[in-house]
Amino acid sequence: MSYFIDRRSNARHKSAVNRQRFLKRYQKHIKRAVEESVNRRSITDMERGEKISIPGRDISEPVFRHGQGGRRSVVSPGNREFAEGDRLRRPQGGSGGGGSGEGSASNQGEGMDEFAFTLSRDEFLSFIFDGLELPHLERKQLSDMEECRPMRAGVSRQGVPARMNIVRSMREAHARRIAMRAPIRRALCDAQKALEEEERKDPVLRHPGRIRELKDEIERLKKRLEAVPFIDTYDLRYNHLTDQPQPSNKAVMFCVMDVSGSMTQNHKDIAKRFFLLLYLFLERDYERVELVFIRHHTSAREVDEEAFFYSRETGGTIVSSALTLLDEIIEARYPPNQWNLYVAQASDGDNWDDDSVQCRQILMDALMPRLQYYAYVEITPHAHQALWEEYTRVQEGYPERFAMRQIVQAGDIYPVFRELFKSRQGGQEGRS
Amino acid sequence: MSNVYKPTQDEDFLGQGSDWSFDDLEYYEREIARIAGEYRLDTYPNQIEIITSEQMMDAYSSIGMPVGYSHWSFGKQFLSVEQAYRRGQMGLAYELVINSDPCIAYLMEENTLMMQILVMAHACHGHNSFFKGNYLFRAWTDASAIVDYLVFARRYVSECEERHGVEAVEQLLDACHALQSQGVDRYKRPSPISAEEEARRQQEREGYLQQQINTLWSTIPQLRAADADQAGDASDGHHRPRYPSEPQENLLYFIEKNAPLLEPWQREIVRIVRKLAQYFYPQRQTQVMNEGWATFWHYNIMHRLYDEELINEGVMLEFLQSHTAVVAQPGFDSPWYNGINPYALGFAMFSDIRRICTEPTEEDRAWFPDMAGSDWLDTAHFAMRNFKDESFIQQFLSPKVIRDMKLFALLDDDHDDMIEISAIHDERGYRRIREALSLQYSLGHREPDIQVFAANIHGDRSLILRHERTQRRGLDASMPPVLHYLHRLWGFPIVLEVVENGEVVDTHHWPQITE
Repeated sequence: MSYFIDRRSNARHKSAVNRQRFLKRYQKHIKRAVEESVNRRSITDMERGEKISIPGRDISEPVFRHGQGGRRSVVSPGNREFAEGDRLRRPQGGSGGGGSGEGSASNQGEGMDEFAFTLSRDEFLSFIFDGLELPHLERKQLSDMEECRPMRAGVSRQGVPARMNIVRSMREAHARRIAMRAPIRRALCDAQKALEEEERKDPVLRHPGRIRELKDEIERLKKRLEAVPFIDTYDLRYNHLTDQPQPSNKAVMFCVMDVSGSMTQNHKDIAKRFFLLLYLFLERDYERVELVFIRHHTSAREVDEEAFFYSRETGGTIVSSALTLLDEIIEARYPPNQWNLYVAQASDGDNWDDDSVQCRQILMDALMPRLQYYAYVEITPHAHQALWEEYTRVQEGYPERFAMRQIVQAGDIYPVFRELFKSRQGGQEGRS
Repeated sequence: MSNVYKPTQDEDFLGQGSDWSFDDLEYYEREIARIAGEYRLDTYPNQIEIITSEQMMDAYSSIGMPVGYSHWSFGKQFLSVEQAYRRGQMGLAYELVINSDPCIAYLMEENTLMMQILVMAHACHGHNSFFKGNYLFRAWTDASAIVDYLVFARRYVSECEERHGVEAVEQLLDACHALQSQGVDRYKRPSPISAEEEARRQQEREGYLQQQINTLWSTIPQLRAADADQAGDASDGHHRPRYPSEPQENLLYFIEKNAPLLEPWQREIVRIVRKLAQYFYPQRQTQVMNEGWATFWHYNIMHRLYDEELINEGVMLEFLQSHTAVVAQPGFDSPWYNGINPYALGFAMFSDIRRICTEPTEEDRAWFPDMAGSDWLDTAHFAMRNFKDESFIQQFLSPKVIRDMKLFALLDDDHDDMIEISAIHDERGYRRIREALSLQYSLGHREPDIQVFAANIHGDRSLILRHERTQRRGLDASMPPVLHYLHRLWGFPIVLEVVENGEVVDTHHWPQITE
C-alpha cells in the first residue's frame, strides 16, 4: 500500500524561522564577520551574500559525553601491517587510534573547528546596515500631493472585466430575477386559477373564448418568465478603485565628485564605494531611489554613471559650480515637497581659495533648507584646506543634517559610513 | 541515447534514460512492493512525497520530522546542510524516513529514475519493514501517534512563545536539548503501547495533583511532618531517607516531576523534549542494523528488478556505482576515514548471514551451527526482529566479515605511553574483536552513565548527580555548560559526583565554588 503526494508546490523555507533564530542568536559573531568582509570586498561586490564562519566552540550544543583519556578499546577497519601485541606510539594530536568508531552520524558540527554558512544578499545587507538610520527619513506630505495610489473604494457599476466582483454581481442578478419574475408569476398564478375555475364550470356555462384567451395569456406569461435573463449587464458590479494621494516615499541621491587632476583613480574608487554604500542604504528605506551624478572641475556637468567614475579630466577645481548645478537640477526636476533629497560629496579638499566662501553661502542659503542630509567626505591624507574650514561652519549651522568626515584609505570607508549614519536614538531633536 | 534505431531487448524496459514520471514511479513502486512481498517484508503503508531539494534541506534539518517546533539549533543544522549541499560535499538523495504510520519517505525531484527506485526500495520497504518489525521500535515507539504528537508539540511551543516570549522558551529548550540523551528510560520495561499511553495519562494526572500539594518542597520547616510524608519511612526521625530512594536514570523525567521552580508550561516543554528523545532512542541503538537491513534489501530488490528485465543495464550500472559508494569503507588511515560506516558493516553482515545459510563453509558450521544451512530468509528476519546493534554484532559478526573488513582492536590507555594492538583478524582475535565492537555499539558504554543520586530536599535543595565512571573515561569540556543548563532547570545548586568502583573520585559544582 503506497501513495504518492506531490509536495513540490508547497512552501519552501519551512526552516526560515529557525534560520532567522540562528542568525539572531549569533548576531554578534556574524556582524563582526560582515564588517571584516565589507572592508575586504571589491566595489561592485555588494550585491551578493557572504560566507560567514563562526568558531565551532562558540556554537556547539553541549551534552554529557566522554572526553579523552582513560582506558578504552577501539575497533577500526583496514588493518594492513599490525599483528597482535604490536605496540605503537600514540599519534600526535589525534584521538587515539583514529576515530571513535561511532559511525558517521555524529557529525553535527561540534567536531568542526569552524562553523561556516552563507548569508543571503538581503541578510548580508541587513547586517551591514544594522543599527544605522537614515537621518530625517520623512514621508513628504504637503498640500499639493501628486503621488497617488489606487485604493479600494467599494463597488461600482462601471469597470473593466478584470475587476468584476462576481459575488456582488450574482447577488444583484438574483435580486433582479426575483423582482422581475414576481409580478409575472402572480399574473400567471391568477390566470391559471381563472382557467381552472373556468374549466370546472359546467360545460354548458363555459366560455370557449375566455378559455382560449386565458390559455394564450398563460402561454405568453410563461414565455415572459423564461425571458427574464439569468444575468444582465445591469447586474454587473465592479470593484471600485479610486486614486488616493499618498505621502511620497521616494528619494534622489546626488553624487557630487571632484574629478580635477588632483583626484586619482584610487580616490575615485574610494568615493565610489562610499556612494555605493549610501545607495544600497537608501534603497532599503525608500521605494524608489534616483541617482544624479554631478562631476566638476572648474565647471560642473551632469553625467551618467560610467562617465562619472571612469572618465579622466584635468584642470583646477571650483566646487561652487557643482553646487550651483545641483541647485538648478533640484529646482527643475526634484521639487523638495515630493522628493527626499540626499547629497553625497567626495573631494580631495582642493578648491580655489575664494570659491570656498561661495560654496558655504550656496549651501547655507539655498541648499541646506531643502535637503534631508548632506554628507561630505574628504579623501586625503593631508591637512585640511579652505573648503573644510568653510564646511565646518556650515555644519555649525546645520549640525543635524550636515556631516563631514575624512577618509584616508579604503578601510576607513565603512567605519566612517557607520559613524555618519549611526542611529541617533534619543539625541535627535524633534523636527517638524 | 543513440539515434540509430536498433530494436533490442531494451525496448521493453520501462526505465529509459534518467527522467521519471509519476507513472514510472507508480509502476516501479508496485513492482518493488510485489518483490518485497515475496521476501515477506511487512511494512506500514507508504506515503511517498515528492519534494524539491530545498524542501529536502528543510526536512534534513528537522531530522526528518514532518513538523517540528522552532529552535535555532534546527536553523544551524539547516545552514550546515545547505552549505555542504551547495559545495557538493553531500548528496541529499539517499533516504530520509521516520517511523510513522503511514511511513513518510521523501523523493527529491532532481533525482534520476534510478535514484527514485533505489530510494523506494531502500526507505519505503527496507527501513519501513525494519520499523514495523524490530522489537525496539515495536516496544518503544508508537508509529501511529508520532505525527499527531509532533503537531501538538509545535503548537504548544509556539503558544508558549507567544505567552512567555521567544527567549524564555529558547533558553528552556537549550537546557532540555543538552540533557536529551539523559532523558530516556533505558531499563524500565515498557508495557504494551496503548495501555501504556493510558497509564501515562493517569500518572500524569497524579503527578499533577502531587505537584499541587507538593509537601516535598514545603517551606515550613516541620521536621516531623516532612518525615512522615516519606512513604514507608519508619526510621527514628534523625536519619532521613534519601530522595529519590533509588537513583533515577531519566534526568528530564526527574526534572519534569520534581524541579521546584518550574512552571506548568515549562514542565510540559521538558516533557515534549523527553518524549521526542525517547522516540528517537531506538534509532540510536539500531543504526548498523537499520541501515544494513535497508541496504541489503535495496541491493536484492534492484537485482530482482534487473533479472526480471524491468530495468536495463544503464540503470543497473548507475545503481551499482551509487551502491558501491554507499557501502565503501575507507581504512582507518585513510583521509576519508570517519569511523566505521554503518551501511558497510550492516550490509556486510546481512549479506554474510545469507551466505552462511546458503553456502556454509566448515568455519561457519563451527561458528554458527544453528544457522548454517537454515533458510536464509527466516534467519535474516529473525535477526532483524530480535536484536539491536550491540547484540546483533555479538551474535552475527562472522570471522569472514572481520577478515573482509580487516578489523582490528587496539587498546588505548592513558597510563601507558604506547598503544597496544589487542586483536587482529586471526583465530585468536575474532572473538575479542567481536566483543570489543559489540561494546563499542552499546549505548550504555558509549554514553556516560549519569543518574540523579539525591535531591537535598531539606537543606539547600541542591541536586546531586552521579557519574558512574568506568575505566577512567571522564567527561569532556562541554560538561560545565551542561551543568549550567541543569542549574537553570533545577534552580538550585548542582553537584556532579564522579564515582568509580564505588568511590567518589571527583566532584564538580555549579555554580562553581571558588576557593
